[in-house]
Amino acid sequence: MIYREAGQFKTSYAADEAIFPIIQDRWFVGLAVTAAVLIPPLAANEYWLQAILIPFLVYALAAIGLNLLTGYAGQLSLGTGGFMAVGAYAAFKIATALPWLNILAVFVLAGGIAAGVGLLFGIPSLRIKGFYLAVATLASQFFLIWLFNKVPWFVNYASSGTITAPPRTVLGVMVTGPEATAQARYLVAFSLVALFALVAKNLVRGRLGRAWMAIRDRDIAAEIIGIRPLPTKLLAFGISSFYCGVAGAALVFLYLGSAETQAFDINISFLVLFMIIIGGLGSILGSILGAAFIVLVPIFLTNAPHLVGLSLPVALLKQIELMIFGALIVFFLIVEPHGLARLWQLTKEKLRLWPFPY
Amino acid sequence: MNLLYSVFVAPFVDMATSPLFLVEVVLGGIAAGLMYSLVALGFVLIFKASGVFNFAQGVMVLFAALTLVGLMERGVPVVLALVLTGGVMVLLAFAIERLVLRPLINQAHIILFMATIGLNFFLEGFGEMVWGANVKKLDIGIPDRSLLVAGVQVNQLEMSAAATAGVLVALLAVFFQRTRVGRALRAVADDHEAALSLGISLKTIWVIVWSVAGLVAIVAGVMWGAKSGVQFSLSLIALKALPVLILGGFESVSGAIVGGLIIGVGEKIGEVYWGPLVGGAIENWFAYVLALVFLLFRPQGLFGEKIIERV
Repeated sequence: MIYREAGQFKTSYAADEAIFPIIQDRWFVGLAVTAAVLIPPLAANEYWLQAILIPFLVYALAAIGLNLLTGYAGQLSLGTGGFMAVGAYAAFKIATALPWLNILAVFVLAGGIAAGVGLLFGIPSLRIKGFYLAVATLASQFFLIWLFNKVPWFVNYASSGTITAPPRTVLGVMVTGPEATAQARYLVAFSLVALFALVAKNLVRGRLGRAWMAIRDRDIAAEIIGIRPLPTKLLAFGISSFYCGVAGAALVFLYLGSAETQAFDINISFLVLFMIIIGGLGSILGSILGAAFIVLVPIFLTNAPHLVGLSLPVALLKQIELMIFGALIVFFLIVEPHGLARLWQLTKEKLRLWPFPY
Repeated sequence: MNLLYSVFVAPFVDMATSPLFLVEVVLGGIAAGLMYSLVALGFVLIFKASGVFNFAQGVMVLFAALTLVGLMERGVPVVLALVLTGGVMVLLAFAIERLVLRPLINQAHIILFMATIGLNFFLEGFGEMVWGANVKKLDIGIPDRSLLVAGVQVNQLEMSAAATAGVLVALLAVFFQRTRVGRALRAVADDHEAALSLGISLKTIWVIVWSVAGLVAIVAGVMWGAKSGVQFSLSLIALKALPVLILGGFESVSGAIVGGLIIGVGEKIGEVYWGPLVGGAIENWFAYVLALVFLLFRPQGLFGEKIIERV
């Protein structure tokens, strides 16, 4: 009754091609964004912002990046952690070498460098496909991490081998470094995700996105209708790595504060892959939902025994957590292999008919 | 100039001046490679018969080794412990088929791949919960020390691992070529639907193939466990087996062996002769890059099925 599009006539192509063609959707998204900007900084405490919301936003950005590559262009990649590391280390080098540069520009530049590295490691994708490609991208993961561990130049010859976010401001407000408040960091992370999600949404609706999907669905057929596979696939790797690079920079600058290469190991790659599969392959919304799910589940599992008044030894808790996490993933794949985005879509379909389903 | 010399000339001079050392390095590489092959074999078996890229194979190796050691610590004799572990792995195969594979039938490959990663987490937590997370020693009566054979240092344990791998491959070859079940397995690998229409039960085949992969995991677990102790890091050898897998081809048993040999020898030679140039610790990625170079020429691996593409 509330959610129906009857009576909403489109009188221009622009209206027909809008991202949210239905007025209720526009209201909903507008309200959601306003709420996300206003409520958490005012209402949420330090723990919520620092432990849940900021990592969720950072991972959402990485998940959008991987979804462009795997969900839209169909190139399975396990090198996400490596590309995020490139972004983080590049941001650290740029921020310390050019202290006057705005930190947001640093993020974009770091993303650009990650994109370059991604292009390089995307070259084999022209010949190698499917799981062979997935394993081949592991090469980039291991090589990049090794490189950052081995070459002290990347950490400015710090003996600890860690990179630390230097204090920087945006519009006079401290957003990185130890003195930045969680509120400021949250707002920067949120703006990054909102902006880049919008860009990604428009990318996949446009010529490039359609070319990616054609390559994903049947690459030879795509080639025959005039899509050049090499530039298309390479662009997918480049743009995806740009997103992952910005996410990696945000991970260190906005979330962790300081990090070693361990923060970007192979588990991160799998985690981000989980996010897009649980969220929904080939869906921007799905990337965000998946990131929320994967960030929230371990936190919930850690806290659940306390809530019901159970106290278990830490090691046992960790093992049970692993088991439940694994079982949940299998369960989710069985129940809804198309992910949370599909569930959302079904809900909307139901809502259109509600409360008169016939 | 100096750099070029140390990259392109010096290592070969080193090899030529001490051939015995080179032989030692190559032998070590062969042994290490066969150890990788043992793990890669499990991947190949499952991929061949069900098209599932089973990421949990590494954890299955860990789980098998943990079960074996756990039983032996409780005073079960070795032979009985081996049999019991085999039973556990077969049970595991039944459970996986019923709870994971059957509900996910007809799903995309990537979904099944993800499901095995979920399985990976589950088994890791389960194994450690039942048997404990501390490092255990697995003593199978073969000392881990070197013998001098014809002037060359040979590690006893590594050689017996190599021999075991050889026997295992021979057994698998006989099983696949000569037995009724083996023929059914090959039929399923060839064409699911045709096999079904001939009256071969896919469910049974999957249980069998996961059981066989579980038994292979026991062998790998025993060998790796004897070498480096039974601990969590054992599950990471799956990551070592992946380059072997793509180098040899996902569908080929002999590919797993040859791939293992190439990776093992290449890795050892690269590490000994070129490693110091870049500061060492290259074993994490060198195998992948080596496999990648091969893949650029043969995208389906050395022995993988030729990919025929059509619209």
